[in-house]
Amino acid sequence: MLVSLYRYNPETDNVPYMQDVEVELPEGKDLMVLDVLHMIKEDDVSVAFRRSCREGVCGSDGMNINGMNRLACVTPVSEVVKNNKLVLRPLPGLPVVRDLVVDMSIFYQQYERIQPYLINDNPEPAIERLQSPEDREKLDGLYECILCACCSTACPSFWWNPDKFVGPAGLLQAYRFLADSRDTATAERLDNLDDPFSVFRCRGIMNCVSVCPKGLNPTRAIGHIRTMLMQRTT
Amino acid sequence: MSNLRTMSFDALVIGGGGSGLRAAQQLTQSGINTACISKVFPTRSHTVSAQGGITCAIASADPNDDWRWHMYDTVKGSDYIGDQEAIEYMCSVGPRAVYELEHMGLPFSRFENGRIYQRPFGGQSKEYGKGGQAARTCAAADRTGHALLHTLYQANLQGGTTFLNEWYAVDLVKNQDGQVVGVIAIEMETGEVVYIKSKATVLATGGAGRIYASTTNALINTGDGVGMALRAGIPVQDMEMWQFHPTGIHGAGTLVTEGCRGEGGYLVNSEGERFMERYAPNAKDLAGRDVVARSMVLEILEGRGCGPNKDHVYLKLDHLGEETLNLRLPGILELSRTFAHADPVKEPIPVVPTCHYMMGGLPTNIGGQVMTQDASGNDQPIEGLFACGEAASVSVHGANRLGGNSLLDLVVFGRAAGLQIEKQLREGGDAMEASESDIERAMARLDRLNSGEGTERVYDVKKELQDTMQLYFGVFRDGEPMEKGLRILDEIGEKIRNTKLEDTSNAFNTARVEALELENLYEVAYATAVSAIERRESRGAHARNDYTERDDEQWLKHSIYFPLEKRLGQREVNFAPRSMDAFPPTVRKY
Amino acid sequence: MVKSVTNLGRTGAYDWLMQRVSAVVLALYTLFLTGFVLGSSDLDYAQWAGLFDQMWMRIFSLLALISLGIHSWVGLWTVTTDYIKPTALRFVIQAGCGLIMFIYLVWGVEILWGL
Repeated sequence: MLVSLYRYNPETDNVPYMQDVEVELPEGKDLMVLDVLHMIKEDDVSVAFRRSCREGVCGSDGMNINGMNRLACVTPVSEVVKNNKLVLRPLPGLPVVRDLVVDMSIFYQQYERIQPYLINDNPEPAIERLQSPEDREKLDGLYECILCACCSTACPSFWWNPDKFVGPAGLLQAYRFLADSRDTATAERLDNLDDPFSVFRCRGIMNCVSVCPKGLNPTRAIGHIRTMLMQRTT
Repeated sequence: MSNLRTMSFDALVIGGGGSGLRAAQQLTQSGINTACISKVFPTRSHTVSAQGGITCAIASADPNDDWRWHMYDTVKGSDYIGDQEAIEYMCSVGPRAVYELEHMGLPFSRFENGRIYQRPFGGQSKEYGKGGQAARTCAAADRTGHALLHTLYQANLQGGTTFLNEWYAVDLVKNQDGQVVGVIAIEMETGEVVYIKSKATVLATGGAGRIYASTTNALINTGDGVGMALRAGIPVQDMEMWQFHPTGIHGAGTLVTEGCRGEGGYLVNSEGERFMERYAPNAKDLAGRDVVARSMVLEILEGRGCGPNKDHVYLKLDHLGEETLNLRLPGILELSRTFAHADPVKEPIPVVPTCHYMMGGLPTNIGGQVMTQDASGNDQPIEGLFACGEAASVSVHGANRLGGNSLLDLVVFGRAAGLQIEKQLREGGDAMEASESDIERAMARLDRLNSGEGTERVYDVKKELQDTMQLYFGVFRDGEPMEKGLRILDEIGEKIRNTKLEDTSNAFNTARVEALELENLYEVAYATAVSAIERRESRGAHARNDYTERDDEQWLKHSIYFPLEKRLGQREVNFAPRSMDAFPPTVRKY
Repeated sequence: MVKSVTNLGRTGAYDWLMQRVSAVVLALYTLFLTGFVLGSSDLDYAQWAGLFDQMWMRIFSLLALISLGIHSWVGLWTVTTDYIKPTALRFVIQAGCGLIMFIYLVWGVEILWGL
């Protein structure tokens, strides 16, 4: 199999380039893309990429695999390889630090901007705050986000305005706290989002939904936020 | 000559996993200038992979639950070398620590009455083992670790902790008085080397499961903190005690939570027999992890393994029904479909015991202060150095950890370390300084690697190390083969000192980090080997074919490995809980 | 919250709502006119002038014209903030768009009431 790999080392390369590497796949075993990267790194240790849990829960190895943002560790080669070729590029739209490693600062800044923590002004009870299973169920499909950035870097609105549009990942978390029955800062959170960029740059093209490796639906969450914003102002 | 940039903090937490974040949060909250340095963005730490839950007697599933019962289970689970004062502290403070997590926003699953959902886990009982199976593990579906880690990171964002993300700690800086005064670290993005000075340094670097070829651990679990401490001459405790989790996915090593069995799943052999009924008639599939793992290996060795090579057994879940599985174990369905190509709704998951957890680590007191021994064997605190989480051995897990106790350990002792450091900093003390030569010493191995000299390939040496540990220091151990394994490790040690850094560039050089990690893996592996050979008995996770019995006469003790002399000593186990009589050692049956 | 002075309303929700309301008005107006043209078999100037002679039609037309201004302002503002990064250039283009829309509006009033 031919792997076409995006290479860039700021110390030695003026511009990025694609490097072709021939990889011998073992018989009868479907490797994950991350395994292939490890095989390549075994021969050329200078190839840089992030990885940690290798089971799709830490969100380190989001990258663009044959044109689609995915996690390398849970993407079987057989599922993505085309004409015996695999093209690996960094997540689009973010500055490249080296090879497949991107600078995610702006992505994290947008996450921090939505105040991603529970705010509750009432005194803390001696035990846990009670929450009905129905209220808890509202957090399903929201809290599972692993911050891999596959969604936000697949979003043209985020490409054009990464400093102003929160992006699907951040908005999913924004709604995770808006939807939490234990959170009392709903008004403040909505104030923080009610400008023409933060939420409303979403044009509903659902790229985020189609790439999310955890099967989450940021577009739906954004719709809920929009509804909340409309309900309180009209 | 040291022209390193120096950064200065009151407290420095090395590691952005559960215990590190909990410690950092505690410190920041008390107004202490705290930095947390992590080699990965904090939410990518291995805590994120914890699935089943956090065990704690919050009396939600059973209003009569008692933390003392949890303490009894933990002492029994540890095969009686868990320190009872520490276990008492963990189990009694636990509920508060769990409520704090909930108040921070952790999205626990819930019962109908709105309280936190609790599920049964292995080794849990009511009324000191006499009241049957308990359900004491608080859960957020089967993603408790993920929910916990993200919540703690969020709490640190709220509090304003300084994060040095994707910085790699190389070595501790220790001064002439033996005080730890910070750490040498690399900012990975630029490759810049910095001396981070601190009045209190917390090693929260997690485990080192990657010393084994087959492990549930993340690729980043390379025992960096333990390695750094060993190089600084600091001893480690109970390093022979490695937990093999019964249910790692065959071939992939990915973890399948014990919660599967807690929810009613069970193990079957090639004959379709629920074999745990034979090995543990009462607790069955929810016996201690060491017991279940050994039973599985015995089934496989006796020819009742499943699959074409008869090298694994099956975990059966399909009888629980699709609805329950979707509600309680959604992450497991995903993992099994991806890594085992098996849909648990319809077919069993192929599983095999897989290295999972390091019970041993840096010996600490309840406040996280790292201890060494003086010449007459008394505990001696190491000034400026703390440890918590998997890197530490308080010891609450002794020879075998119970499922769900590691997340509790993280938050209780991360919190305790934070409280202790706050207290010490408030009391003040002499300023601790490092000299040029102290810093140069800590730079030694980085300097060697950066010279680009050496001949051995990091990848090859790492593989040899992992295969050696897997072969000679696995679930069942034997004197002779272990001695052979140790000789091979000595040879590997020569190679480690001669590894070549093939890429000496600066920007995000993962090859350099991997070369540094390999040295930590080696330190941990070597300590494990010496400890395993010297502990001549079978206890908890340490099962020897040549010493099959527990030997309380000689080994109701912690082992303690001194790296400079490569010597194994003993340390007393604490049998003095504050509020009750100690649980005396008895035969451990499930 | 991202601060912006060039968008239509004070909040994102307002812009979003106005864009949709104006779209509905424009759709209705289009449908009505299309229906009127198709419905009258031999349409002549008298009929056409008669339609626009009525007050309700003038109001309807003015509403459509204002809606067109709102709709295109929100849309073009979005497009310019997406693609035109130099602030000065973006402001000039936005100002140009605003001026054109204003001209259309005045011109439209002139046509409707000047008949």
